[in-house]
Amino acid sequence: MTAITERQQLAYVDAQAADARVNVEVETDEGMVLNIGPQHPATHGTLRITAKLDGEQVVWADVVPGYMHRGYEKLTEVRTYPQVTTLINRIDWLGSFANEVPFILAAEQLMEIEAPPRAQAIRTILFEMARLANIVLFLGDLGVQLGAVTPAFFAFRDREHVLDQIESVTGGRFHPNFDRIGGLKDDLPKGWLADTKAVMSRIRGFCDEIETLLFGNEIFEARTRGVGVIPAEVALSYGLSGANLRASGVDWDLRRDGGTGLLHDQVDWKVWTHPDGDSFARCWVRLQETREATLMIDQLCDGLPGGPIMAKVPRIIKVPAGEAYVETENPLGAMGYYIVSKGDLGPFRVKIRSASFSNISVVPWLLKGVYVPDIITILASLYFILGDIDR
Amino acid sequence: MADASDTAEGTVAEAETDEARQHVLDDLTGALGDAVVGSHIVPGRGLWVRVTRDAWVTAAEVAKLRLGFTFFDFLSGIDWMPSPWGRYEDSTVDDGVTPFDPTALVETGLAGGDTRFQVMCRLASVRPHPAPHLNVVLKVDVPDDDLRLDSLVRLYGGANWHERECWEMFGITFDGHPGLRHLYLPGEFEGHPLRKDFPLLARLVKPWPGIVDVEPMPGEAASGDTGDNGDGAGDAEGGDT
Repeated sequence: MTAITERQQLAYVDAQAADARVNVEVETDEGMVLNIGPQHPATHGTLRITAKLDGEQVVWADVVPGYMHRGYEKLTEVRTYPQVTTLINRIDWLGSFANEVPFILAAEQLMEIEAPPRAQAIRTILFEMARLANIVLFLGDLGVQLGAVTPAFFAFRDREHVLDQIESVTGGRFHPNFDRIGGLKDDLPKGWLADTKAVMSRIRGFCDEIETLLFGNEIFEARTRGVGVIPAEVALSYGLSGANLRASGVDWDLRRDGGTGLLHDQVDWKVWTHPDGDSFARCWVRLQETREATLMIDQLCDGLPGGPIMAKVPRIIKVPAGEAYVETENPLGAMGYYIVSKGDLGPFRVKIRSASFSNISVVPWLLKGVYVPDIITILASLYFILGDIDR
Repeated sequence: MADASDTAEGTVAEAETDEARQHVLDDLTGALGDAVVGSHIVPGRGLWVRVTRDAWVTAAEVAKLRLGFTFFDFLSGIDWMPSPWGRYEDSTVDDGVTPFDPTALVETGLAGGDTRFQVMCRLASVRPHPAPHLNVVLKVDVPDDDLRLDSLVRLYGGANWHERECWEMFGITFDGHPGLRHLYLPGEFEGHPLRKDFPLLARLVKPWPGIVDVEPMPGEAASGDTGDNGDGAGDAEGGDT
């Protein structure tokens, strides 16, 4: 009995070691090539980065995605519209509900139906909850990348409450699959709004904690300030979005500017930007946005309209022929679906514009000339979910 | 009351953006002349402009430098040929796709098109642009016998990865691209998965039952092999209507 446990333990240690492996290859004349990943803790999955080094400095770097490519764009072509949401839940798996929203909105746009006000409000609440579930983990993980483990425990502790709230509405902690063309699957359970507001104040407490623990820390500042600076023009030309773009001083948020079918225009909130464009700015903007999201949810809970949660939709959904593109401000940045319909039960083609794909495409440009330890902080501050790159 | 003011604002904004989109289209047509071969405006939502292949880079250049569309949203391709396999479903009742006819004309979408393959690219304006969140979807026809297009990497750095993806998924070569290599797929991969004639092998091996043709409800007479349709069990309730 003990022998088996020991063997299991060893196998576990082995697996952990394999996960954390950093392969180093030495080349003869042109310096060294450092191969980070595909399985490296800083890659949040399996992203491989190859960096050619000159001493401690990166001469060039290349990113190799695709280890988790699941071909969702092809798979959507053989599914009906309601089935697609199950797939796209797995794109950004930390903020799953937010993935469903732009797709459903695009389909609704083509069908020319609109969800009832209550459904729109609950959608917006869950959309922002997905943001919290996603970004709270970023704020915790940020510390881990810099060697501080405590914030991660705080993050998991408080994020659990957000997940509980999502679960009590949708039944799923990670993959709600709750959004429907024309509305939502179910209404909120009793007492949910009060619980949610308690969780929101808890998350605000978490933000304060992280702010004093991490953002006021001089090691953190030394490691992130002035590191990985992305000027606004570069950010735009690479299609960076979300907090990465706003941290470069571009005042652009699809929740305010996009004009899509969510109710962000009915609450008071502020778009945070930072002029510096460095790693610190990206982290700081995300911290502010987390607070802003909790305040937004509070307001939406207070002003939640009554009424039905489902518009009248046919039992078998056929989307009229046409093309539509809807983009929303997801936790990771602008995410959109370009749906081409030919009037069938399923889409003819869906182009998925995911935020991390564009956000990470800037890495080869960005890593030129940085020092090896900064690779990790830069990747952490750009913040990506591998499913969002590979789709 | 809130509703009334909302709708009023909505219609005003719609009319304004529509004008703005028409303005963008006029500017593009003015700069490119005959190179704009098709266009489509959905008021308040989007603008589609189809240009000739020769004017592809120029169109993007005009959009970026003259019209201020600095944000590179995405670039992708589309194969307009109907899939020879439909949706790979056994059921013909709910298959929902027109039967494949290779001789039929390929139908294309907004802003028209003459070829099976098209490449589209969406560009947007951001603040401090006077009209933030204006956008344009540029489309271009790529003829079957010469699947090439000029690269946009010089203008938009973000086009690099999108063009690599488009190249491996559709087999469209981008001239002037700094390194057209596989992005997602392994290096030795053959074929272009997002082309409609590339089979989805998982479905060819085990076709999907569809939403009507599913295993019988408990109590009904079982026919055929029941073990095969396990995936359709969840949809069984749809079968009895």
